[in-house]
Amino acid sequence: MAQELNKHNAEKIQGPDAIPVQLTINGKAQAFQLEPRVTLLDALRNHSTQTGAKEVCDRATCGACTVLLDGVPVYACMLLAIEAQGREITTVEGLAPDGKLTKVQEEFIACDGLQCGYCTPGFVLTVSALLAKNPKPSETDVRKACSGNLCRCGSYPRVVEAALKAAGVATASKCEVLTNV
Amino acid sequence: MSEWPSDPKFLGKDTRRLEGPAKVTGAAKYSSDMQPEGWLYGMIFRSKWPAALIKSINLEKARAVPGIKGAVTVRDGERPVYFYGEELAAVAGTSKQACLDALRLIEVEATPQPFVVDPVEAMKPGAPSVFTDSPNLSEAKIKEEGKVDEAFAQCAVVVDGEFSTQVQLHHSLETHGNTIHVRAEDCTAWASTQGIFSVRDGLADQLKLPQSKVRAITEYMGGGFGSKFGPGVEGSLAARLSRETGLPVKIMLTRFDESLAVGNRPSSYQKIRLGSDKEGNLLAFDLDGFGSAGFSSGGRTAGGGGGAGFPAPYIYKVPNVRTKQAGVATNAGSSRAFRAPGHPQGSFGMESIMDELAVRLGMDPVDLRIKNDPFEIRRKEYAIGREKFGWAQKYKKPGSTPGPIKTGVGVAGATWGGGGKGTKAQVTINPDGAVEVRCGTQDLGTGIRTVIAVVAAEIFGLTPDKILVRIGDTDFPPSGGSGGSTTTPSVSPAIFDACTKGLQQLQTVSGVADARGVNFLPACRKLGVEPIVMQGEWREGLSSSGAGGVQFAEVAVDTETGFVKVTKILVVQDCGLVVNKLTAESQVNGGVIIGLGYALYEQRVMDPQTGVVLNPNFETYKLPGISDIPDIEVILLDMPERGVIGIGEPVVIPTASAVANAVANAIGVRIHSLPITPDKILEALDRVPKGATAGNEELDPAFARVERADGVAGDFVDFLPA
Repeated sequence: MAQELNKHNAEKIQGPDAIPVQLTINGKAQAFQLEPRVTLLDALRNHSTQTGAKEVCDRATCGACTVLLDGVPVYACMLLAIEAQGREITTVEGLAPDGKLTKVQEEFIACDGLQCGYCTPGFVLTVSALLAKNPKPSETDVRKACSGNLCRCGSYPRVVEAALKAAGVATASKCEVLTNV
Repeated sequence: MSEWPSDPKFLGKDTRRLEGPAKVTGAAKYSSDMQPEGWLYGMIFRSKWPAALIKSINLEKARAVPGIKGAVTVRDGERPVYFYGEELAAVAGTSKQACLDALRLIEVEATPQPFVVDPVEAMKPGAPSVFTDSPNLSEAKIKEEGKVDEAFAQCAVVVDGEFSTQVQLHHSLETHGNTIHVRAEDCTAWASTQGIFSVRDGLADQLKLPQSKVRAITEYMGGGFGSKFGPGVEGSLAARLSRETGLPVKIMLTRFDESLAVGNRPSSYQKIRLGSDKEGNLLAFDLDGFGSAGFSSGGRTAGGGGGAGFPAPYIYKVPNVRTKQAGVATNAGSSRAFRAPGHPQGSFGMESIMDELAVRLGMDPVDLRIKNDPFEIRRKEYAIGREKFGWAQKYKKPGSTPGPIKTGVGVAGATWGGGGKGTKAQVTINPDGAVEVRCGTQDLGTGIRTVIAVVAAEIFGLTPDKILVRIGDTDFPPSGGSGGSTTTPSVSPAIFDACTKGLQQLQTVSGVADARGVNFLPACRKLGVEPIVMQGEWREGLSSSGAGGVQFAEVAVDTETGFVKVTKILVVQDCGLVVNKLTAESQVNGGVIIGLGYALYEQRVMDPQTGVVLNPNFETYKLPGISDIPDIEVILLDMPERGVIGIGEPVVIPTASAVANAVANAIGVRIHSLPITPDKILEALDRVPKGATAGNEELDPAFARVERADGVAGDFVDFLPA
């Protein structure tokens, strides 16, 4: 029994040297030669030219590396590239393949839901996934969905505004300019 | 100031970021995204000792790892180490995995030394010395105006208190780092920097190349907050590895690295006494203060913006003032400028004691501030803010909310100098009407690229999207580093100057009397084959300095859990002429949110037993998240006659003070140290035993040690440009 188990497990061992890996990124099949310990984020950023997903914490706390796996937002830093084989990987580069921005992308720009922009790919994908699942979210829904994404510049109020506007939910601007004071 | 158009089309309106599409599609390539042909991945090897004497570092086994192409030490031969995480060596290879493997094989021979990471411990006699040749505690800087002791004797009310603030980390999301290619004759550096020219000059010096042969590029940049100037150790290492391997090398720090070695806001400890007459006119102020900027503090290196000093009595006019401030060296990473360096610390101590005084006087805290604030604009802001906030209805006796959830309100003010000059710019007007503006500034996320387009568009009567703005390259006309809220006031006048001259030239050459707006293209068509190329530079009269702002906070405190929920922040801020309302407001939001982190969540924690940083990641170093954000309301005062003033720093300053005052108003007891965590609240309310929580050291003996003053040293340099 133990022997059989060992044999069974042995057949599944891959690496440690690089092995062929096939990933479907934004609808296109791409061939890689990667060590099995390479994360999906590392594969995207350092072994392909898809640098939209950002490395910020590399341990599932900030959401800057968010990609969609079969439409569901995941942290690319917490997934081995080999585990993503056979799945549809969508990065921020794949949201507007024909160059026409999505409503979510447009509202991020219109509402200024970004500053330095380093967290933006993650937020855009998280919000896009939320709206695909819940087309009319409340403010609380947006905050909950984005709880796994950090922004150091402090664009949160405008991320919420952008998400709600993209969903067609009205919001009020909080900025007033007083002249002649 | 009247040179700015009086009836602008774009100035002060909402203009979308020019680079918005690139940032929402992933097309924006940051320095960390660069992949020049043949590039290598680089990583840094760091000290695991908080203090040690390094005898030798052996890189041979690391070099032998498959895929590793180069390895260098930071310094050859014997060297000291002053903090956990200090850079010792670096490797470059064809993959991250190769580098990780190589780092494990670096052999170091070292003698660990005694160390101290707690500033209060570091001040004690017999504490381990951070430096062999100088004391941990610097000589204090003393400032005295008036007759302080006599004035206190005449005060109707005197309040005192001890306050402390934590070490806060910058944690810009793009870490520090560069992609650098050194060739035989020249060098290109894609840098994540706030100052491309500082990177160029630093690398030229280290590589012994002419400055004209080094090019620094920062097209997009993922935040800096004051911590990213010059090439840094990581830049030097990438450059040396590139020279050794002949290939481009990218070294971006890890989040772990980021917590150790690339800056922080220094701690502060403040013992304050404040006195007034019975009408609330401030008469006397006395401060004993110290703080630690890590190993760059203390007796050896007092001085510079990385010091632990802070302004006191901050924004208030007090006729009799005595302050005594010192810096303490510890075995910890050095401080760097952090968004409004010194000010949040000074604000927390002073604004806290102001509220204590107001309570003792039975006076409205807003009235007390208006009475003692010498800055007219801020006095107006208090008046506007209290109305808008509903202060009169919301402010009540401290701790008087019935039930376990107590609400409270607080207020605080801030100042920032800013200013900024020296930028040069170039505009090209092509015969087909295409306009290009070039300027060697860099956009940290503040929106300067769009500000440039707004100014140019205003002058030519075009729309901002018609202006091609090229920045972030040392091949362009020079501009200073982006820090101290100086970028917009430094850059806007240079753009104004270049474009105004360009327009005049266009009108002269084309013979079109007014070439703006609809006449622009017809005028350009008359240029023939020669475009107009015009230089411009910063000049007096279009920008100024000195911004004031106030913030009001409302909180709800759960007295059973100690949890603080900030429900509302109202900002009333002056920034002179508003250039782009959309991005200005984003900066205000950002300042408030970093201020909330300072108030409630953020603190670098070090272990006194091992000398390591205990929370070098985002699970344990808590940044504000989207669910922590209150309703933030912003009122900008537009004062075109003052010219352009930066807004980045002033808005970060008063948030924590206003929140702390609101918490004290809610629960009726003051929390004297930041961040205001649930444990401190529960202890203040006697829900947990005294002394059970962190941040409550016995500070009196420490203050008593700040006595070595001979008036020589002093390490607070105000970050305000002259």
